[in-house]
Amino acid sequence: MGRFVAVTIIVIAIVSAIPILRHTWWMAPDISTHGQPIDDQMSETMAEAGISFLASQIILALFIWRFSNSKPGEKVKNIPGGAKGMVWAAFLLVGTEVLALGIFGVKAWANVYFQPPAANAIPVQVQAGQFAFYFRYPGPDGTFGPIHPEMLSEANQNFFGIDTDHDADAKDDIVTAEMAIPVNREIHLLMHSKDVGHSFFVPELRVQQDFVPGLDLSLHFTATKVGRYEIVCTQLCGLGHYNMKAYLSVLSQEDYDSWLKKEAALQ
Amino acid sequence: MHDVSAQAAHHGAPTSFIRKHVFSLDHKVIGKQYYALALVAVLIGMVLSWIMRLHLAWGSYAIPGLHLLSQNGAPGNVMTPEFYLQLMTMHATIMVFFVLTTAPFAAFGNYFLPIQVGAEDMPFPHFNMMSFWVTFVGFLVLVSSFFVGDGPTLGGWTQYAPLSAVGAVAGPGQGLGVVLWATSIGIFCIGQLLGSLNFITTTLDMRTRGMSMWRLPLSAWAWFITSVMGLTAFAVLMPACILLILDHVAGTSFFVPGNLVINDQLQPHSGGSTLLWQHLFWFFGHPEVYIAIVPGMGIVSHVLMANMRKPMLSHRALIYSMGALAVLSYMVYGHHMFLSGMNPVSSLAFSFPTLIITIPSTVIVLIWLGSLYGSKLRINSASLFGLGFISMFISGGVSGFFLAQPSVDIMLHATYFVVGHFHMVMGVAAMFGIFAGTYFWFPKMFGRMMNETLGKIHFWLSFVGTYAIFMPFHYLGLAGNVRRYQAFVTDAMKPLIPVHQFITVAALITGAAQLIFLYNLVHSRFWGEPASDNPWQATSLEWSTPTTPPPHNNFGDTLPTVYHDPYQYGVESSVGDYLMQASPEQVKNAHDEA
Repeated sequence: MGRFVAVTIIVIAIVSAIPILRHTWWMAPDISTHGQPIDDQMSETMAEAGISFLASQIILALFIWRFSNSKPGEKVKNIPGGAKGMVWAAFLLVGTEVLALGIFGVKAWANVYFQPPAANAIPVQVQAGQFAFYFRYPGPDGTFGPIHPEMLSEANQNFFGIDTDHDADAKDDIVTAEMAIPVNREIHLLMHSKDVGHSFFVPELRVQQDFVPGLDLSLHFTATKVGRYEIVCTQLCGLGHYNMKAYLSVLSQEDYDSWLKKEAALQ
Repeated sequence: MHDVSAQAAHHGAPTSFIRKHVFSLDHKVIGKQYYALALVAVLIGMVLSWIMRLHLAWGSYAIPGLHLLSQNGAPGNVMTPEFYLQLMTMHATIMVFFVLTTAPFAAFGNYFLPIQVGAEDMPFPHFNMMSFWVTFVGFLVLVSSFFVGDGPTLGGWTQYAPLSAVGAVAGPGQGLGVVLWATSIGIFCIGQLLGSLNFITTTLDMRTRGMSMWRLPLSAWAWFITSVMGLTAFAVLMPACILLILDHVAGTSFFVPGNLVINDQLQPHSGGSTLLWQHLFWFFGHPEVYIAIVPGMGIVSHVLMANMRKPMLSHRALIYSMGALAVLSYMVYGHHMFLSGMNPVSSLAFSFPTLIITIPSTVIVLIWLGSLYGSKLRINSASLFGLGFISMFISGGVSGFFLAQPSVDIMLHATYFVVGHFHMVMGVAAMFGIFAGTYFWFPKMFGRMMNETLGKIHFWLSFVGTYAIFMPFHYLGLAGNVRRYQAFVTDAMKPLIPVHQFITVAALITGAAQLIFLYNLVHSRFWGEPASDNPWQATSLEWSTPTTPPPHNNFGDTLPTVYHDPYQYGVESSVGDYLMQASPEQVKNAHDEA
């Protein structure tokens, strides 16, 4: 039976690796300027983890094959190199591996989080709430009107709690249920939640960030391909969590300008 | 150590039914009680997972009788979104706390730690009894939430604030359901703290003559290390639960900031921090992963040594590595929070220890593989699950490389990749450790052998089945399938539903295979072949008891004296290829490391 176990382990290991090698199910294509280092990091990790996975499973299987069928009278013996060999192997192989992943990973992470947004990045505010995203554009004055939580009301369709009667900055703000951005322009996304924790995940943009009630967070990114993409919530937020989504339209500059004009007229 | 004459544990054999079987002070009975509790819990948890899997694969499928579990949650036997989340929360909470913490640590540890150190009981038997009964009460409180108010909490086992802290306004089960959840877990923490105290003291103070720390079996070391983790981790979770309850019942705002608007109502809270909950929870939560898996490592090492018929390549390297896992487990918890909004520099600070923790894990795997080399491996149900544990630990471990890196986590966080990772490494691997321990120790616990044929069938269906379930989870995660969704309505996830259907079929079959184990367990308990005192020709003290099962005080009138390291296999002694720890016999080719 030991040999059957060995064969089973090898078959499982190979069958498990095939969809990964063939990219049968894989990440959506990247449409961001910062995504390539993330994808490189993913590929490098996949290679290192994949080799570790296959090598370990195959060695386990080979040893089970060989040593579950000891010959009568055969004595037990120790592996060449002994325990010290195993410990050194672990430190050298995995130590090098994690060092490499760690160092290269810093670059990919820094690309996303350690660079400030450009001065001319387009500000877009996103508010998450059970179970919808709303977006706000500052309008021609380039300034968002202040939020008054006590005025925030879905029933009155005042999704951001803005006071257009009294706050001059709020008068030209444009509130939408769909996000649109121009292609190849940097976006400065200003994030807040009105109620519980949520998250902003656009796989194609290589962007995922939690909304944390009580904290104003921000992200910046540039989309490089015109298209329509889904924004989904990944932080459990209540019974409608599975259905909390919005669309992100990446438009040409002209289409974006006319979209913004049309939305402004609807306010 | 060696102060066996002053054992606080000494208590006479019970005479009444209540003292013998219910409020027992005997660590062996308490161990069996924990095992029974874990068995009931795992059956409930498994049925909940079946219901969830059916719903995920065929959302409109009416599950007969489901309305009995919740009238509002399953009108016409079809699940509502909130009921899915409630089942998911209960599945995870039951499995993590009442199965994965209870069975490998509290059940086997209670039964075998005192025997393996050569003691007649634990030093604080009343605390020990209390630890089980408060755990049992905690379980009842948790399960009761199905039957009161609007059902259990839907906030997930992580109970992130402020969803968990603002009350009923946040959704069904977020009022009374959360209070019951936090009360249950708070009570569970008390049980674990009492148990950990007993385990630590048993290991440090109750060892018999000759039983140095280095002569402790690896299972005993694993329970000891786990109990130290338990003492520190549960001591953090318990106050966190108390603060969460206060946010509900006392109008405090520990975890709720100001200016939140829910259902168009401005919430009467201010000044709290949502990230505070996450820090407290994960300071417990990541060590909890190791609380679930380290006992499995010890049990599997112990079981495999007896079946490899040779000593561990290095007893000490394994112990140091398990210790390193325990220490590092407190430094890595922030990898659960890479995208939580904490300072991105902190993410890097948490990333490096998370990557480094793979080194002791690799040492452990290589020591196992190195020990397997040159062995005379016996294939039986216990060793099969031990080998399955190693395979599963490798598979679940390598996916940790991904989740340790914040940049890669951007794509995988909160997806099914994470679900696959933790189910393999702390769910399935830990369960395989429980199975290995059960097949190995059952003869000692009940004096009867388990059926080997059924055990092997159980192994094959479980081994292939769990890979069929959990490996595709990783593919789903790579494709962007978000976890904790009751239905897949987004454009990216709809095409993945056939994968979910495959997983559901695999889960139903694998789950059904566990009924074979249950049958084997119950049948063998009453009708299994009688077991000898040492059916595996093993060496540690549990196989030196004068009777099987051991008598009330474990070793009769005289506690054993230990002369050897725990794994003297592959030697030539008067009894065969092994030398028992309590045997004074000296053989030429013994290999004492201590």
